[in-house]
Amino acid sequence: MEAQMRLGRVALALALAFSIFSNLSLLVTSSSSQDLQIVNAERRIDLTSHIVKVFLTLKIENTGTSPASEVLLAFPPTQVDHLAVLKAAVTAGKRKKKTYLPLDVNPTEVPDAPNETKYFSVSLLNPLNKGETATLEVLYILTHSLEPFPAEISQSESQLVYYRDSAEVLSPYYIKQQTTFIRIPSSKIESFTKVEPTNRASTELKYGPYNDRAPYSFSPILVHFENNNPFAVVEELVREVEISHWGSIQVREHYSLVHAGARHKGVFSRVEYQSRPSVSGAPSFRNLLARLPPRVHSVYYRDDIGNISSSHLRTDYQKSELEIEPRYPLFGGWKATFVIGYGLPLQDFLFESSEGTRYLNFSFGCFLVDTVVDKLIVKVVLPEGSKDPSPVVPFAVEQRLETKYSYLDVVGRTVVVLEKKNVVPEHNNHFQVYYKFNQIFMLAEPLMLTIAFFLFFVASVAYIHIDLSISK
Amino acid sequence: MVGKPESSNGTAKSGSNQTGSSPPSALPLNLKSDLFSSLSFKTLKLKTKQQELLLRVSILCLIYILAFITRLFSVLRYESMIHEFDPYFNYRTTLFLTQKGFYEFWNWFDSESWYPLGRIIGGTLYPGLMVTAAIIYWVLRFLRFAVHIREVCVLTAPFFASNTTLVAYFFGKEIWDSGAGLVAAALIAICPGYISRSVAGSYDNEGVAIFALLFTFYLFVKAVNTGSLAWALASAFGYFYMVSAWGGYVFIINLIPLYVLVLLITGRYSMRLYVAYNCMYVLGMLLAMQIRFVGFQHVQSGEHMAAMGVFFLIQVFYFLDWVRYLLSDTKLFQAFLRITVTTAVGVGAIALGVGTASGYISPWTGRFYSLLDPTYAKDHIPIIASVSEHQPTAWSSFMFDFHILLFLFPAGLYFCFKRLSDATIFIVMYGLTSMYFAGVMVRLILVATPAVCLISAIAVSATIKNLTQLVRTKSKVPQSGSSKGSGSSKGSSKATVDQSQPFQRNGAIALLLGAFYLLSKYATHCTWVTSEAYSSPSIVLAARGAHGNRVIFDDYREAYFWLRQNTPPDAKVMSWWDYGYQITAMGNRTVIVDNNTWNNTHIATVGRAMSSYEHEAIEIMRSLDVDYVLVVFGGVTGYSSDDINKFLWMVRIGGGVFPVIKEPDYLVNGEYRVDKGAAPKMLNCLMYKLCYYRFGELTTEYGKPPGYDRARGVEIGNKDIKLEYLEEAFTTSNWIVRIYKVKPPNNRW
Repeated sequence: MEAQMRLGRVALALALAFSIFSNLSLLVTSSSSQDLQIVNAERRIDLTSHIVKVFLTLKIENTGTSPASEVLLAFPPTQVDHLAVLKAAVTAGKRKKKTYLPLDVNPTEVPDAPNETKYFSVSLLNPLNKGETATLEVLYILTHSLEPFPAEISQSESQLVYYRDSAEVLSPYYIKQQTTFIRIPSSKIESFTKVEPTNRASTELKYGPYNDRAPYSFSPILVHFENNNPFAVVEELVREVEISHWGSIQVREHYSLVHAGARHKGVFSRVEYQSRPSVSGAPSFRNLLARLPPRVHSVYYRDDIGNISSSHLRTDYQKSELEIEPRYPLFGGWKATFVIGYGLPLQDFLFESSEGTRYLNFSFGCFLVDTVVDKLIVKVVLPEGSKDPSPVVPFAVEQRLETKYSYLDVVGRTVVVLEKKNVVPEHNNHFQVYYKFNQIFMLAEPLMLTIAFFLFFVASVAYIHIDLSISK
Repeated sequence: MVGKPESSNGTAKSGSNQTGSSPPSALPLNLKSDLFSSLSFKTLKLKTKQQELLLRVSILCLIYILAFITRLFSVLRYESMIHEFDPYFNYRTTLFLTQKGFYEFWNWFDSESWYPLGRIIGGTLYPGLMVTAAIIYWVLRFLRFAVHIREVCVLTAPFFASNTTLVAYFFGKEIWDSGAGLVAAALIAICPGYISRSVAGSYDNEGVAIFALLFTFYLFVKAVNTGSLAWALASAFGYFYMVSAWGGYVFIINLIPLYVLVLLITGRYSMRLYVAYNCMYVLGMLLAMQIRFVGFQHVQSGEHMAAMGVFFLIQVFYFLDWVRYLLSDTKLFQAFLRITVTTAVGVGAIALGVGTASGYISPWTGRFYSLLDPTYAKDHIPIIASVSEHQPTAWSSFMFDFHILLFLFPAGLYFCFKRLSDATIFIVMYGLTSMYFAGVMVRLILVATPAVCLISAIAVSATIKNLTQLVRTKSKVPQSGSSKGSGSSKGSSKATVDQSQPFQRNGAIALLLGAFYLLSKYATHCTWVTSEAYSSPSIVLAARGAHGNRVIFDDYREAYFWLRQNTPPDAKVMSWWDYGYQITAMGNRTVIVDNNTWNNTHIATVGRAMSSYEHEAIEIMRSLDVDYVLVVFGGVTGYSSDDINKFLWMVRIGGGVFPVIKEPDYLVNGEYRVDKGAAPKMLNCLMYKLCYYRFGELTTEYGKPPGYDRARGVEIGNKDIKLEYLEEAFTTSNWIVRIYKVKPPNNRW
């Protein structure tokens, strides 16, 4: 604890120093922000699943005098709430040897931002000198951004959704030329806003090219289209990773799943669902795929009232795929809670670093394919007697410590709790939890059991040999 | 079952076995010891008494483990889950107890069942089972075993079955000898009659109650045998535990007075009996009054009056004894005796008469009557008669549940009568009365099982002991000759004696082999019955597929979980009472009626709704605030215990209270049908509509017309079913459970 406090203090100091530094740099850049301009912006919005992915390619030119080290990205406030991932990279090299170098992205505040626009600043690796250009690749992912309309559908209808955005890229910079492509899952488009020039190919909409747009230009568009993909949202996922130094890691994942698409209304007819599976209940889903780590064993899939008998596990040496089927097909608004548990070999995930420190290296995100997790809580249960836990996570999470009592525990196990909201499959990165553990604690529990049995036998022997009767 | 044949050379032969229960050397039967113990004999040179103790303890340990693991078939084959109907209620209450604590549990008013009446759970249940499981759970938690309460509940019954074997051993030892005790423990460990109610997952009152019953009897017999106040006190507490666990305690409180009465009549009155009965009765009664559900019944209900009568009678006996001690004149005493007995009987009769007439003593309940008169329930209480486990027992189920014990039972009675004592009289009376009750109701086979096992064990043990004595006197010659040279002269003298009966030894060996064969048959039968008949949870159905693979029908849980997740939390579900406990426990929704059939009118109202036309039923359902209706339908899978097959009971129970419903309206010439020839009221009643709604469009079996009902093997009579006030809300994947939503009333314009 003390070590952590110290760590926290250091972190605080660092953060303070950093913020001062960034404010200073912001002052520098804001003066020169008008000097940057975007030569070409190309945006591709992928609406094929319920997770919206946007790929943005920006070609930036410094037209000012001073070198610029930061580029600002602007988002409307409604989008920021649903923003799950924001990554930026700069391309280097020519066509063949093109490499992407990731860049730091941090939220920033800009004074007098119009209409509560939120900003993220991308720090460039090398400051952009006058007249130079750089190409930024930005990927951002939005969740809960497709609004079903109509909000309630019956079993035979398919699901239509709205997507709202701007035809032009929102930016604090002057944009010379820009194009936006929107990909939709099927060719069924109910309607879409036209901002000329607008073209429609079978499953793609093209907005633009637009030339010479002033900073903060915004023209709202609305696309109404069919999307029958499973809108699988895990409202809360609690993953408990329990480390046993006797050779295995036990993982328990508590899911509360919901179909977040258009709500089901009226009748659910089994006869329709059975006889016309393609038409009836098209937006509903029956099964989900979980990609578990390889060499998984003792897998179970159950809920509050018992085992769910419909699941299939396929394993090979590279991956394990668990196909789970909730007890009933999920229609819009229907919920299902369940638990998936499995064991993993210890040597695949636990490593030793210097001086008796060990670390767990485990995947953070949700293993279910194509699902959004609204709230993910990862609990790492360290063995009894471990000290100085410190997690290292590649993105911002809330952290706290808890204590848990499991089999034969006396002092309890330290639990490192990591909490993150709005998690998408792109968060499936590894995180580490470092801790110190003395090997001798492994023997505590077997010793306790041995002593208990020994005492039991001693008691039996004593009982046989001692005469407890009062009268002789 | 019992005998792992033991290598005879490993055991020591010096000295005669004192108890003679399990002679270690020549007889392979009835021994259960592994190679290790037989080896250790040679090296450690234990004394005979120690050997015997070691053997007995190891046999008991093995029986203890056997009794536990033979009940785990369902866990291995399915999963660790609660079975059937009532256990779900027990599980739910146990969960509540562990989460909210004892006082909350004691004062629990459950608004989720019997809507809109509710149920005072704390005052209307036997808390013994739940408290037991909760204590086990808390102890395990305290010892840092991170178990789930469900696992505790699932394994409570096997655990208590194991304990029952120990009690059976001590009981057998008390009434006969330790050999009979061991055999009794082994027999009861695997007896199907007991296993049927104590497999893992069968978390029901009977699971602990049979243990408590036998334990109380054992302690009482011990108290009678010793005349010790301590044992009598223990039996009072045993009785208290039994009262807290199961309504079957009435059997104890009637059997023990009956036994005392028999002892009094047969002139076996003694101070021991006086101490045992008085202490047990008075303390047991006071303790039993602490259970709210029982309350003052011990002094107020007709079922408990026999015990009180015998209590006063035994005081009269004591008084007379005292008077006789004081009076030396026999004639005077005779006169005094006549006056006293007449007065006592007269006062007792008047008290009973006045008590009954004034309503202070309640008359016997219908359930009690139906035990004494098997035809009573059928005529007067259809709700009791409708339960399959309340039917009179068929011969086949006696054979199924007891197997060879059925033949050994009379033999055991014979041995008991040959050696009459206070204890054997008790077991004979217990055996005979419980056998009668077992004949009246299927489920009471359970109560008879311990008695049957004990009496049979006496038969087995006594027979084998006699036979082995014959064999041993013979076989001593070659053995002693080979092992000990010094004993040869003694052996030869015995051999000359034995030559007088040449066939005896061979006959004894043949009979022993026969007994061994019978017992091994019993073991295989028990294992087979346990695995095939008594180990299915009945909430998950399993069938063999076309390719021999196992097909699981998990429709019940599918439906209950759907209810739990996708209906409003305050939704009220109407279903037939069988599913009430399961809906509240697994679906977590309010039900109208459930398996605690305390309010016949309420159940009849549901029965009436199910058997009315839809437009009549909707009035009833709206008056009961019903949101969903759940029916169980086996027409697609061929599952025969569904609501259509139970429907006539709904009609009967509904018609018993509401004469609008008449059974003949649903029958055609006294025949119950669902096809084209069915009665018109049948084809249009709510139950029929809900079960067969849109079933006519479905082809269930190749080569049959659509709408072919596989459970009844007919094409249904009404394929064009329109629902006006209800809509299909959910149907499980195999159609076993169908849930309908009651539509809100239409707007008027």
